[in-house]
Amino acid sequence: MKDIAIVSFAQSDCRRDAGACNEVELIMPVIEQAMQAVGLNNSQDVDFTCSGSCDYQQGAAFAFVMGVDALGAVPPIKESHVEMDAAWALYESMLKISMGQAESALIYGFGKSSPGELPTVLSQQLDPYYLAPLWVDSVSLAALQARVLLDRGLLSEQDMAAVVARSRANAKANNPHAQLAGDVSVEELLAESPWVAPLRKHDCCPISDGASAMVICTIEKARAWGKPYAVIRGIDHRMESHNIGARDLTRSVSTELAAAQAGVDRGPVEVAELYAPFSHQEIILSQALGLDDSTEINPSGGVLAGNLMMASGLSRIGEVATRIMSGDVRRGVAHATSGPCLQHNLVAVLEAA
Amino acid sequence: MSEETTSSEDDITAIETPVYLTYNFTAGEATTRFLHQVRKGKVMGQRCPGCGNVYAPARGSCAACGLPTSEEVELGNKATVQSFTIVWIPIPNNPIQPPYIVANLVPDGANISFIHLMSECDNDSVHIGQRVEAVWKPEEEWDYAMDNIRYFRPLDEPDVPIEMIGKVPLSGWEGKA
Amino acid sequence: MSDLLRQQFVLGYTYTRSTGPVVGRFLTELRQRKIVGTRGDDGRVFVPPMEFDPVTASALDEFVEVSDRGEVVSWCWISEPRDSHPFDEPFAWALVLLDGADVPMVHAVAAPEAEMHTGMRVQARWSEEPRGYITDIACFEPEVTQGEG
Ligand SMILES: [Zn+2]
Repeated sequence: MKDIAIVSFAQSDCRRDAGACNEVELIMPVIEQAMQAVGLNNSQDVDFTCSGSCDYQQGAAFAFVMGVDALGAVPPIKESHVEMDAAWALYESMLKISMGQAESALIYGFGKSSPGELPTVLSQQLDPYYLAPLWVDSVSLAALQARVLLDRGLLSEQDMAAVVARSRANAKANNPHAQLAGDVSVEELLAESPWVAPLRKHDCCPISDGASAMVICTIEKARAWGKPYAVIRGIDHRMESHNIGARDLTRSVSTELAAAQAGVDRGPVEVAELYAPFSHQEIILSQALGLDDSTEINPSGGVLAGNLMMASGLSRIGEVATRIMSGDVRRGVAHATSGPCLQHNLVAVLEAA
Repeated sequence: MSEETTSSEDDITAIETPVYLTYNFTAGEATTRFLHQVRKGKVMGQRCPGCGNVYAPARGSCAACGLPTSEEVELGNKATVQSFTIVWIPIPNNPIQPPYIVANLVPDGANISFIHLMSECDNDSVHIGQRVEAVWKPEEEWDYAMDNIRYFRPLDEPDVPIEMIGKVPLSGWEGKA
Repeated sequence: MSDLLRQQFVLGYTYTRSTGPVVGRFLTELRQRKIVGTRGDDGRVFVPPMEFDPVTASALDEFVEVSDRGEVVSWCWISEPRDSHPFDEPFAWALVLLDGADVPMVHAVAAPEAEMHTGMRVQARWSEEPRGYITDIACFEPEVTQGEG
């Protein structure tokens, strides 16, 4: 795929309950911010618009269609939607640009998880014969995965708590949009009682409402616009079996494959933003991506500091892009996930122009 | 291992898998503002700062411009039929019996239609451009809901020409632009 | 801003799902308190049966009956069951590897937390009237061997 530029990114605060906002009201401010950063007015000024969201989250059928009211889509625009995280809307937009059908695209994701009981809602994305009728929730499946790792000595509860402590500290230092931030020690975290043992509540990402948006374009267009930009040098996504029992839960094979294809190891990884909804999954992902101490992992705090379901993946890419555009780093990796126990993973390599 | 490998009529070929999910739906800011006024017997529109169009009920944005519709505009009790259909399916828990009219109506002072019911009318003579007015429930039954207006009924006023539908001001329609 | 309006509601998806021959066979056997899986191309026995091999994608049609007893491969403890969960009392979700199977299945285990451990032996507790659903296995519970009678 040819190089594509990220020219702007905007995200809302992660809030436990954005009750006062409907979909449109969540989306409009981040779209306006992302568009204005490059001097654009509304979706009429880009060639393609693509969004990611899931109607089950707020229990409102075709909520994503309501979201289009935020775009200024009259006269009708070229527009698409994925019932997935908006990281995959970015992927679709990149294909559109690569095929020569667009030079620029607006991408946004939004999630309003507060109206429902998210872990229960997510139980219904599972196998409809074998698992959904049991109502196995998403936290429980992650806990089964964590136990496998703990039993085999591949990580410890201390390792997991250390991930959480770093997330909170990074969020406090770097992320004004975070829902959970602050100074907390591994000892304090381990003193908390289990929630869905072996997971403690802090091992699990919070439930958040919000949205994020991004503008991408061809390198030529980015130069013409004359704004700083980050280059998406490689991107790939892979999916594993829906049968959790048939997977090696101690690894993320799909992330390993996507990382190889995206070219993660073709240069130093200064920063990585990983979509790890549970603390142990950040360790699995770091290993799958071949990261070591030379990489700063989740400087934003990652999704343990706030998880906008259906926007968090796009936000991981936006977090890395923002650091490159500001000149803080020259090369970074962003990751997005979907499905139970890291079933489906997307890896993007971003570099300075 | 069970011996019978041939399928029989008793074999399971389908299962019922009902899913019930409970949500606490929120109206959002713009709709909340609208419903608080409906609760008081008023239909309010919201004006787009870009194109000037007035929406009712507004969802908080102008779909054409993608701008927030923050300015509140009071609308009339009268409206104009923009389109309609005759429905032969009963509405659960509603006394209006089929066949009845579901119409796109533009309230005076607004530019974009909403959908509501028509009654007290001869279904065969309902037509585009027809003038109608809201029939409200008794005040003590008012709630945060559009069905505070039971339905719209025809008015004895001249029709609005098609090109003027959606442009009738709050002051009403007197048969001329 | 005026007071926010909220309304609780229940969204119902009242679907009937076709099972297809593989899932249908599994559920039909469950109704007779039997558990079957399918053998994958690499010889692994998947329980519940998979319709297609996850590696080669070939259609699987060799059914293998397995035991209703097995071993806990992983588990988590639900101290506060959700409304949707199968029990009101604390219980475990587990990955259970049935004797004769090579791939564990997810199901509930009813046992005291103190008894729960990886490697523990469990057996299916069948529902009173199996109807051809995964919930015909009401849950798994600690295995009772013949000696313990
Ligand atoms: Zn407008």
